[in-house]
Amino acid sequence: MSVSTSAATVPAAPTSAAAGPPRSLWSDARRRLACNRAAVASAGMLAFVVLACFAAPWWPGLADPAAQDLRLGAALPTITHPFGTDELGRDLLARVLYGGRISLLVGLVGTLVSLLVGVSWGAVAGYAGGKLDEFMMRTVDVLYALPNIFLVILLMVFFSRSLLMLFVALGLVQWLTMARIVRGQVLTLKRQTFVEAARALGAGDRSIVFRHIVPNTLGPVIVYATLTVPAVILQEAFLSFLGLGVQPPDASWGTLIADGARVMALFPWLVVFPGLALSLTLLAFNFMGDGLRDALDPQDKQPGR
Amino acid sequence: MTRYVVRRMLLFVPTLWVIATLTFFLMRLAPGGPFNAEREIPQAARAALAQKYGLDRPLGVQYVTFLARAARLDFGPSYKFPARQVREIILEGFPVSAELGGWALLVALLAGIPLGVIAAQRQNTAADTAVMAAALAGISIPSFVLGPLLVLVFSLGLYWLPPALWEGPQSRVLPVLTLAAAYVAYVARLTRAGMLEVLRQDFIRTARAKGLPERVVVLKHALRLGLLPVLSYLGPAAAAIIMGSLVVEQVFALPGLGRYLVYGAFNRDYTLVMGVVLFYAAFLMALNLLVDLAYAWLDPRVELK
Repeated sequence: MSVSTSAATVPAAPTSAAAGPPRSLWSDARRRLACNRAAVASAGMLAFVVLACFAAPWWPGLADPAAQDLRLGAALPTITHPFGTDELGRDLLARVLYGGRISLLVGLVGTLVSLLVGVSWGAVAGYAGGKLDEFMMRTVDVLYALPNIFLVILLMVFFSRSLLMLFVALGLVQWLTMARIVRGQVLTLKRQTFVEAARALGAGDRSIVFRHIVPNTLGPVIVYATLTVPAVILQEAFLSFLGLGVQPPDASWGTLIADGARVMALFPWLVVFPGLALSLTLLAFNFMGDGLRDALDPQDKQPGR
Repeated sequence: MTRYVVRRMLLFVPTLWVIATLTFFLMRLAPGGPFNAEREIPQAARAALAQKYGLDRPLGVQYVTFLARAARLDFGPSYKFPARQVREIILEGFPVSAELGGWALLVALLAGIPLGVIAAQRQNTAADTAVMAAALAGISIPSFVLGPLLVLVFSLGLYWLPPALWEGPQSRVLPVLTLAAAYVAYVARLTRAGMLEVLRQDFIRTARAKGLPERVVVLKHALRLGLLPVLSYLGPAAAAIIMGSLVVEQVFALPGLGRYLVYGAFNRDYTLVMGVVLFYAAFLMALNLLVDLAYAWLDPRVELK
């Protein structure tokens, strides 16, 4: 087989000796991620959304989300109110931005809780093996049988609908898949020589698991966490839409959509703008998660297109 | 095979027991009760109600009674619909939810599979990118945003379809489409991934080498294996559709089981919530068993143990 000249422009697989300086998984992944325009654009958009929402109090010219103007009532978008106003004359743009703070915060905190529980659970089960592993994974199986929305609803009934508990409850139902992924990784990692080396050097079980093994599971964990954030945000919005999530006076995208849907025959923009904000944010997270997975998945060594 | 089925069915019992216990104690230990919602009830009336429903007995006794009754599919009377048994409510609401979910699943398969096959056949072309981008958008637009938007356009704008209720075939269109959209997208993605995996294999090359037309290779040889990921997704999909139908029933004011569940959770109608959760858990487990059996039947490499 002859080597065509164009082959030089195609990066060779990292295993080939002619590929130039060796690349780590991370630098390789970063390069491939940078080639994925949709993922880069999504990351940019997310950065913008996060900044716009969390900096909302310092946004020059942005109305107070609670300030009512009853003479105005529900008004179509204008220059002073780019997203229009709701029935009480509150500025919708401000309400969407402040609502985004809660939605995004729920997504991040919920994901952190799920990471904490899922990674520890999976790592301990996978490393311990035997009876303990069997018991821990059976628990996961049983919880899997219950659609997690039921668990959230039960937890929300139990914890009387406070914002903090909402964060925790959403995280507590999202860790199952994470635990399975991490356990699978740990099962293969724990037999590798670097673990044996660590043990030979006198490292204890705890330090082997959390200092040596867990850091090596980061690739799939990061990918899955990126996809967990939109799932949690969606679930919060879902609960809030049903009236079981965020309670007034707090507002999230879910409650804004629920409020808007109620009056949409008269004032359609009240459901369109919050819906757009939520959908675009979820879309961006999903695109980024997909991009990260493609970038970090060593099975798919297709050079970036 | 029979042994496998029997063993799986035997596993249902402990799983349902754990779920029943979890549900029971989460509901019963939660602050507030079914009779202190809207208005003050005289102490004597409250005591009489508690006695009537057995709520004055020790929790342990209540728990055992509950388990014994649940084993006979008797979940007791609803607290909020006093003249009705939970079983009646389930029997009345489930057909609506099942019809909605069944149609949605059918639409998802009939639209998602062809889209996925087309995308896989034209991997990395504009058509592929377009289908996958549309799929990601479909996943990212939540049903409670899509539903109101569809109503806005097709009911309130064009007057083509009724905006709510469950009367006549026309009233089915919008709820089913709202529920199906996200799953069309998932099925398309899974089909594409599965087909790409299969089309790379040797037996496909053989089929092509012996001169079979591409249509036969794809539809007759590849599709059967390429659909396996879709098949194993059906279990989780059913769970997700049940969850989705909570919202869709709310948006379109349908008399399904989901609305009763949300209503029950709001009003701490213990018996109703516990009954519905247990019912759905059992339903999903049975469904998952069927999916696993179908999987083994389609893929001769899988052995049921």
